[in-house]
Amino acid sequence: MSTGPYVLRVNGHDHEVPDAHLGESLLWVLRERLGLPGSKNACEEGECGSCSVQVDGDLVCSCLVLAAAAVGREVTTIEGLAPDGELADVQRAFIEAGAVQCGFCTPGLLMAIDTLLDDLPDDGAEPDDLTVREAISGNLCRCTGYGRILAAVSIAAGIRREHGA
Amino acid sequence: MTDVRIDDTRTGERAPRIGDSAPRPDGIPKVDGSFTFSSDLWHDRMIWGGTLRSPHPSARIRSIDIGPAIAVTGVHAVLTAADVPGNPNFGLEHVDQPVLASDVVRYEGEPVAIVAADHPEAVRLALEAIVVDYEVTPPLVDPALAESSDPIHPDGNLIRRIHLRHGDQDVVGDVIVEGTYEVGMQDQAFLGPESGLAVPAEDGGVELYIATQWLHADRDQVAACLGLAPELVRLTLSGVGGAFGAREDLSLHAHLCLLALRTRRPVKMVYSREESFHGHVHRHPARMWYRHHADRAGNLVRVEARLLLDGGAYASSSGAVIANATCFAGGPYRIPSADIDGVVVRTNNPPCGAMRGFGAVQTCIGHEAQMDRLAAALGMDPVELRLRNVLAPGDRLLTGQVITGTAPVAEVLRTCTDHPSAATLPDDTMSLPGGAGRTADPEHVHRGEAVALGFKNLMFSEGFDDFSSAICRLEAGVATITCACAEVGQGFVTLAQQITREVLGVDEVVLAPAATATVGSAGSTSASRQTWMSGGAVQAACEEVRVRLIARVADENGIDPDELVMVDGRVVSLAGDFEADLASVTAEAVEAEVEFRHAPTSPLDENGQGDAHVSFAFSAHRAIVDVDRDLGLVKVVELTTSQDVGRLLNPLQAIGQIEGGAAQGVGLAVMEEVQVLDGRIRNASFTDYLVPTALDMPPVEIAALIEQPEPGAPFGAKGIGEPPSISSTAAVVAAIRAATDLDLTHVPVRPTDIALAGA
Repeated sequence: MSTGPYVLRVNGHDHEVPDAHLGESLLWVLRERLGLPGSKNACEEGECGSCSVQVDGDLVCSCLVLAAAAVGREVTTIEGLAPDGELADVQRAFIEAGAVQCGFCTPGLLMAIDTLLDDLPDDGAEPDDLTVREAISGNLCRCTGYGRILAAVSIAAGIRREHGA
Repeated sequence: MTDVRIDDTRTGERAPRIGDSAPRPDGIPKVDGSFTFSSDLWHDRMIWGGTLRSPHPSARIRSIDIGPAIAVTGVHAVLTAADVPGNPNFGLEHVDQPVLASDVVRYEGEPVAIVAADHPEAVRLALEAIVVDYEVTPPLVDPALAESSDPIHPDGNLIRRIHLRHGDQDVVGDVIVEGTYEVGMQDQAFLGPESGLAVPAEDGGVELYIATQWLHADRDQVAACLGLAPELVRLTLSGVGGAFGAREDLSLHAHLCLLALRTRRPVKMVYSREESFHGHVHRHPARMWYRHHADRAGNLVRVEARLLLDGGAYASSSGAVIANATCFAGGPYRIPSADIDGVVVRTNNPPCGAMRGFGAVQTCIGHEAQMDRLAAALGMDPVELRLRNVLAPGDRLLTGQVITGTAPVAEVLRTCTDHPSAATLPDDTMSLPGGAGRTADPEHVHRGEAVALGFKNLMFSEGFDDFSSAICRLEAGVATITCACAEVGQGFVTLAQQITREVLGVDEVVLAPAATATVGSAGSTSASRQTWMSGGAVQAACEEVRVRLIARVADENGIDPDELVMVDGRVVSLAGDFEADLASVTAEAVEAEVEFRHAPTSPLDENGQGDAHVSFAFSAHRAIVDVDRDLGLVKVVELTTSQDVGRLLNPLQAIGQIEGGAAQGVGLAVMEEVQVLDGRIRNASFTDYLVPTALDMPPVEIAALIEQPEPGAPFGAKGIGEPPSISSTAAVVAAIRAATDLDLTHVPVRPTDIALAGA
């Protein structure tokens, strides 16, 4: 069931997807067709969050989204989180806090936390513990027990508050 | 893994050394998405591989027809057991597992055929097209019946029995408590699925890029199966998405190489999550009977135990797991008399092998439940009872071995229990058991608190020749370390840089890829051994480079080598009349390769006695839980821990290991069990096999990291990876018992165990 090529807008660039098969997930197309393997493939059924990307600013599991359904939308992946080549606040916070071990969950968690911080009310208050835990509860991490990830969220929230990003 | 380097000279600060919370050298590529995991590999002309697995836990194969699969468009090869040119079997300790099943399948999910094709969809169609005629046979699924049943494998159904007898066998205590406990099968649930890329080489060999825990052991097994000389099978470590024991055995390694050599094309394979549950070994389910004897003052006088572990269809590392379970069955206590019968058997259940804690997790659940029962029988405080009996240096283990190193058992227990709790009562429904489901009635929620102690050995035991190799090359002031130690997330790469800087005084340390072709074996990334073993190899290689460099500089400048020292990146004479920076004196490189060994160990004798282990690490956990008795729901509110670490080399990484290990322990306590019915896994997905999320994990309070440098260990550091997964489970389960007054002998504790208790 292949169809004509379509265009996906990913990280600010248009990518033509040739020989498209409409059944392909956004995760597959990102990883195997567009050369963007930063989004990960731990369960491919929407349970682990390691494939998380933003579509028009909303956090989605790219394994559950058909690539063709993302045509005409803005897709942001881990490769596009820091478009200017410097690390984004959440990325720096992960390194500083020791939130990275094997790193397989890291891209998805970074996308989830970036979305959380983007969606916070503009009152400058740090999100409470339960809010943060709930926001990342769709992202499984098997290495860290989440302690250093929560510390990283706190650091990143502080940076973003200071810079009003 | 790509070359990684840290260059902190820009900041003008000294690059971090031993004791500093150095950042991971692979941190940046892991946060910007550029780090290459084994599932991210790609190669020109690459095709895809897949595996046909048995749907039956026990069957004879009458015939396999691959004709329809070969006819599928895009298929390049379909291989069966007949296509394995070398040894048809592989195995970590015992070579008993077929690369591909030929006549019999012994577990659900056993590989029967492999396919290579242009696209994963073509692989899937081809796998569906293979016709296997099975004669289904009744599976052996009850480990208690294994020894009395017909053998399901030519090697028999008993994998290993250790009957440990220690001290006076006629001792009887004034107070005796008995209990029977069960531990379910736990999955390592690493996130990065089994995956790799095999590339055929022009010399008839093969390059394999793979996520593993021990490159050289994999190489030797794969080469034997391929019928190739080991040097023709070259493994390079790819990015590893967690391991926890599940990557000790071969999975797709030989399959990938067979397909690449047959098709002369690079072949990539990635397991799905469901396939991953069938594609690696699990933590052994255990049935344990215990009888503890004590005098009226609370001194342990004897422990008896019968331990039965289900090894599943193939041996894997079961023999070493039952040795650990048996040797450490009594816990970190002084016990003058013991009779421990440890047995691991073969069944048609999924194969079991290594997982973090390796036999000590199961018995910790048993011995700690017994200590609580004993405290109740004696009318003693459970912490007081433990403190009265804890091991100390100079004491004997159940194996008769005297502890010659450090053993701060009382210290970990005291600091853990003395630490004030920060736990508050739940202030909203989200914090109650049931969480977002908002199902718990606060009136029916009971709080419980308990402690547990655990320990295990570090490194390999029972006389195994355990070593690690490393090469240090110092050139133009830059040190390059080559070591085949598998970085699986634990942070060895960080420690290797810290150790190198510490010894050589350099700032810039490059880590070469971990590979079999460039350096000798580093041994396995398991048994909490790499900080000691590969850390020791790196330290020794760097020290040898220092010695050789000083000798060379002395020779060239006519100075007595004893008069030269290395200080902060310079070679200087004690007299102060010579000074040169490292970059200038290493314009010509200095290189050294070493093999590092720990002190030798002995096999266990027929009574399970002997100096079989090298060193031991201890931990304590205190758990606070809230339990809704009506619904059987548990909220783990807080974990507090103290751990014996020898010496802290990188505090931040240590915290990460301690928190992460505790999370796996919480999972085993309240939610993680591979459910196997009639030999079939019923929950092979992250929808049905639950691992703790951020909402399930409590804060982990670290009360103390006890630093008593371990003699013989590089920098005095003990491995820290496993203890957090040992005593955490036992503490949480004990806290649930305290909250409910139920015996709760099955781990994980299921909601029905609580809600339907007495029903």
